[in-house]
Amino acid sequence: MTSPPDLAIEAHGLVKHFKETRAVDGIDLVVPTGTVYGVLGPNGAGKTTAVRMLTTLLRPDAGTARVLGHDVLAQPDAVRSLVGLTGQYASVDEDLTGAENLIVIARLYGFTTFAAKRRALDLMEAFGILMEAFGIAEAANRPVKTYSGGMRRRIDLAASLVMSPRVLFLDEPTTGLDPRSRNQVWDIIRVLVADGATVLLTTQYLEEADQLADRIAVIDHGKVIAEGTATELKRSVGAGSVSLRLAASGDRPRAAEIVERTLGAEVVLAADPYAFSARVPDDGADLAAQVLPALADAGITVPEFTLGQPSLDEVFLALTGQPVDEGDEDGESRPAGGDGDGGDRSTRRGRRAARGSAPGARGEPSSTIDGEVA
Amino acid sequence: MAATQTEVITTPEAQALRAAISMDQHPTRPSPLANTLTFAWRALLKIKHVPEQLFDVTLTPIIFTLMFTYLFGGAIAGDPETYLQYLLPGILVQTVLIITVYTGFTLNTDITKGVFDRFRSLPIWRPAPIVGALLGDTVRYTIASVITVGLGLAIGFRPEGGVVGVLLAVVLLLVFAFAISWIFTILGLVMRTPNAVMGVSMLILMPLTFASNIFVDPDTMPAVLKAWVEVNPVSHLATAVRALMAGTATFDQIGWVLLASVVLTAIFAPITMHLYRTRN
Repeated sequence: MTSPPDLAIEAHGLVKHFKETRAVDGIDLVVPTGTVYGVLGPNGAGKTTAVRMLTTLLRPDAGTARVLGHDVLAQPDAVRSLVGLTGQYASVDEDLTGAENLIVIARLYGFTTFAAKRRALDLMEAFGILMEAFGIAEAANRPVKTYSGGMRRRIDLAASLVMSPRVLFLDEPTTGLDPRSRNQVWDIIRVLVADGATVLLTTQYLEEADQLADRIAVIDHGKVIAEGTATELKRSVGAGSVSLRLAASGDRPRAAEIVERTLGAEVVLAADPYAFSARVPDDGADLAAQVLPALADAGITVPEFTLGQPSLDEVFLALTGQPVDEGDEDGESRPAGGDGDGGDRSTRRGRRAARGSAPGARGEPSSTIDGEVA
Repeated sequence: MAATQTEVITTPEAQALRAAISMDQHPTRPSPLANTLTFAWRALLKIKHVPEQLFDVTLTPIIFTLMFTYLFGGAIAGDPETYLQYLLPGILVQTVLIITVYTGFTLNTDITKGVFDRFRSLPIWRPAPIVGALLGDTVRYTIASVITVGLGLAIGFRPEGGVVGVLLAVVLLLVFAFAISWIFTILGLVMRTPNAVMGVSMLILMPLTFASNIFVDPDTMPAVLKAWVEVNPVSHLATAVRALMAGTATFDQIGWVLLASVVLTAIFAPITMHLYRTRN
């Protein structure tokens, strides 16, 4: 142990290539114990690759990483005994029941058969209480393949909590979950951290990072492009943004001009000829409130008006000067096979596509005046 | 954020969760053997939940034994019953070896589904997931052996070596099957899909099992084929299994099989483990 124990994770200059792609291109992370650290970035930014290196699943090409003072390369076993990992894709055995999945893990940690069974049922029950309507006694004896996506996620999470890990890595824990399941996962994370664990979670949603994380690293193309608390990050992007949709497209030039004048910020015209948006400048919350009256005075009808936190798109736009690059998945979509698992990847990508359409998708407004959204 | 946390923790749900997650004492780290047996148990659970996977294991030996006995028996040995005495130990060998390809198939399935990532992130004896799976597979081999020998006995197979001879023959076969499985674990780790693993494994097994002395005495074969048949480890295995069942086994015959098993394991197990450890 050469690094102070008050750091749960310490990584310097982590690099990982896959063929010609630099999936992770020199990442530094410092995570104090007992905190939640959010790694925010789009698909293919290198989040999963970074997590896989920190959890000893992947050897870095360069750089060093320590988890609670243990080097991931020199002392992988010590690291493994301290961390829990919940990957991006539920890594539970679909043929086995939920309880059996947990019992296998508990047995591997050294629980006796009896203690393993108890631990499995305790965890399932606790998770069941959190999710209320979930008939746990029945579910315990059904194969995981009959579970819903949210239930699989929770079993997966329970599997990584069998040994109460000191550091928990959660790779996009709520991607594809409905809002209710997502809140339950958030509650679990909060309880864990309150009990002294450290959590590193990756996410595509600014809101999630904002809700949970003490500090956030924004990564793109394998590099950390911004780091700080949620407040600091948002300040760098502006207080938020307003999005409007007009009743008549002919009003747009006039409306845009009024909004520009009111907020003192440039508007961004949407592809939809009725819509446009604008960033609310720092300490401009009052100004945003004046937008609607100003438009009403001009006789412009605004059926949809949304005032929201900056979306990940806007954070990216502000930080990189360009929108999120959606096409590049290569750096990251290799959870199992680094060397181009063709068939494997296509199925994963398919699943991801299915999940992408779930509620809670990126840029979901956090507050609306519309009354129809959210 | 501190406020939200406190709020969360005082709800009864959160307290229950907290109680479930927290642990009074940590169990001591289990031995490599205990880890391995847990994985073997997991393999058995999979058989329990997906009994369909035993279809091949039960039907293949029945079809092979009946088909080859009555198809070739008269032509090769004059009558099926005489041929059965020669064929049955061989068909047992072939049946079990064909089932070994499932090892690579299931390993690859685990990998593509991400289950292996979890195992690799646990503080356990590293070879345990693979060795345990191989041990679990021996249950399948045993089932297939029981069916083959049982059917053979029912249609007239009369081993001179008695119960002990037959049991020893099956044990020797299991040892060899375990050893050759390491080839398929390598395929399971390097191939992209479970089906590709299956295809290539079959390609390897075909010349090993058919170009052997399982079905006929190699004396009638052309020189080149005969030369291969005589070095083919599967021929040595079939000879030893036959001899054990007939009660005429020599140390040489058994020794060759054990040597082949050791060599196969010594070469392919380390390659498997290297691939497993360095897998991206």
